[in-house]
Amino acid sequence: MSELIEMQNISLKAAEMVEEGRVHKDLYSNPEIFEEELDKVFNNTWVFVGHESEVPEAGSFKTAYIGRQPVILSRDRKMNLHVLQNRCRHRGATVCEARKGKTKAFTCPYHGWGYGLDGSLRALPKPEEYDGVFDKNDMPLESLRVETYQGMVFATFNDGIEPLEDFLGGAKKWIDLFMKQGGGYPVKVLGEHRFNFPGNWKIQLENTTDAYHFPIVHKSFVSSLDEATADIFDFLDGEGFVEDLGNGHSVMVMIPQLVDLEEDLDQPIPERFASLAQALRDEGKSEDEVKKLVRAAHGTGFNLNLFPNVSCSMAFFRVLRPVSVGETEIQHVALGGEGAPTAFNRKRMRLHEHFQGPMGFGTPDDGEAWERVQKGAMAGTDGWILVNRGMNNLHESKDGNVAGAVCSETGMRGAYRQYKKMMAAGEEK
Amino acid sequence: MKSNTELLAQVTEFIGYEADLLDHKGYQEWLSLWTDSGLYIVPADLNETDYLNTLNLALDDADMRRMRVARLENGESVSALSVGNTVRMMSRVRVLEAGDDVVIARCAMTLNELRHGKLVTYPANVEYTLKPTSDGFKLEQKVVKLLHADGFLRTVSFIF
Ligand code: FES
Ligand SMILES: [Fe+2]
Repeated sequence: MSELIEMQNISLKAAEMVEEGRVHKDLYSNPEIFEEELDKVFNNTWVFVGHESEVPEAGSFKTAYIGRQPVILSRDRKMNLHVLQNRCRHRGATVCEARKGKTKAFTCPYHGWGYGLDGSLRALPKPEEYDGVFDKNDMPLESLRVETYQGMVFATFNDGIEPLEDFLGGAKKWIDLFMKQGGGYPVKVLGEHRFNFPGNWKIQLENTTDAYHFPIVHKSFVSSLDEATADIFDFLDGEGFVEDLGNGHSVMVMIPQLVDLEEDLDQPIPERFASLAQALRDEGKSEDEVKKLVRAAHGTGFNLNLFPNVSCSMAFFRVLRPVSVGETEIQHVALGGEGAPTAFNRKRMRLHEHFQGPMGFGTPDDGEAWERVQKGAMAGTDGWILVNRGMNNLHESKDGNVAGAVCSETGMRGAYRQYKKMMAAGEEK
Repeated sequence: MKSNTELLAQVTEFIGYEADLLDHKGYQEWLSLWTDSGLYIVPADLNETDYLNTLNLALDDADMRRMRVARLENGESVSALSVGNTVRMMSRVRVLEAGDDVVIARCAMTLNELRHGKLVTYPANVEYTLKPTSDGFKLEQKVVKLLHADGFLRTVSFIF
């Protein structure tokens, strides 16, 4: 009984630590709150696990995590997608440790139980000892609810929540726009960068909707660019905005002229893409197609933040995974076009390497700032993190949503509102 | 034709020299070690050798190397400022190919970085493609194959 009361106090506390405009620093550092987040957020909503192009064929699979739980995303012989718990039904070993690959079956290394790509238990050594003990059909790898939108695969442990498309809601339009960057080819994963930082996952969640930091933290990156490109990244005084899309999602438009990559196709080719354009012409592409591909090569001019773990961030997916209260793993997933010209995909990878990943010109400086936030969370006993920037300068967007300036903290407030709602769930009882 | 021992000694000396420059942040001198077409590569996928058509952690041509160095040196990068020092050990040097125009060698590296008071270690195989010139060797390609290339790395604000 007393344990129950204690648990309730913690949950009350976590939800109360989020106010409109500020959040308590303990949300970054309290391990009990972290455990509660895994339970109430990550095990309870749609979590991004991969892109369909990562499992292109029958038999393709990749491993992923939902919070702390290892899962497998697989494609069966009928091309259906499955997300399976990576835990053998016998004595619990993981049945797959490869990052990705192709297989006919998942065979547990311990006693050899073999599972199909749909998770069904197909065969096991010396089955007669189970006669009358259990039926093989009742022992598949446990599977999660899976739904996709525009090739993005999401899974959830919660069978009771709304369909994925309802959850994405106002974000769907922006996912559609994001997927135009294949330049007329379906968007495809080209590879990924992986790194971790000693800090709480919400620091990363906030960052993808934080334009305010860009000219400061990424000054050394901007200085390394030619003038025309540097101008593009000088967006704080521009026409950009942050729009709250509901359910914790938000979009931050930094470069409005790059919202729809299929518009404005008659613009001259910028200097820095001249060699790409030439390479595309050399591959025999028409001038129209060259212009379309060059424009798509930029990526979009916005970050779409999808609560809780993925951002469609200009040209790539930024996926976060909470490891512990003070450690977060991040994947920067590079995108290109399936069947697109070699020169196009190469350019996309080189641009990705330039800024992203643990050795890019951007990430290490972000990482440094985030590490400092985590350290700062230990100072004092009652400190608050401000997310109230631009709160008095809001307007209604074309779609009827709340929007603020590009460097406002509107997106963070949206994410924390959803966080608060989920963390408070069940408290009233 | 040089004796193998002589060539091995020259290659080892060059590798030690390059390592020393990088540990002591002699970046401008390091830039001058390269041929114009040289590539500095840190693969993310150790099974791939078609680096140009693969996503790498770094794939630097001359322009990118210059920018990478500028970023580390211009005092604007908060992470570059907070890197302490690196100490790298190069050993197990072996010459794989000894031509007149190109020498290919491989060695083991253990790089230690002190970062916010914590020691971070990067073991790696490093492959050098060297061009013999009247001025000594020039780097035509350097591939740093980190042991944990496909794991979750810490961010890197130095040069391997
Ligand atoms: S634990 Fe998997 S077969 Fe025994
Ligand atoms: Fe950043």
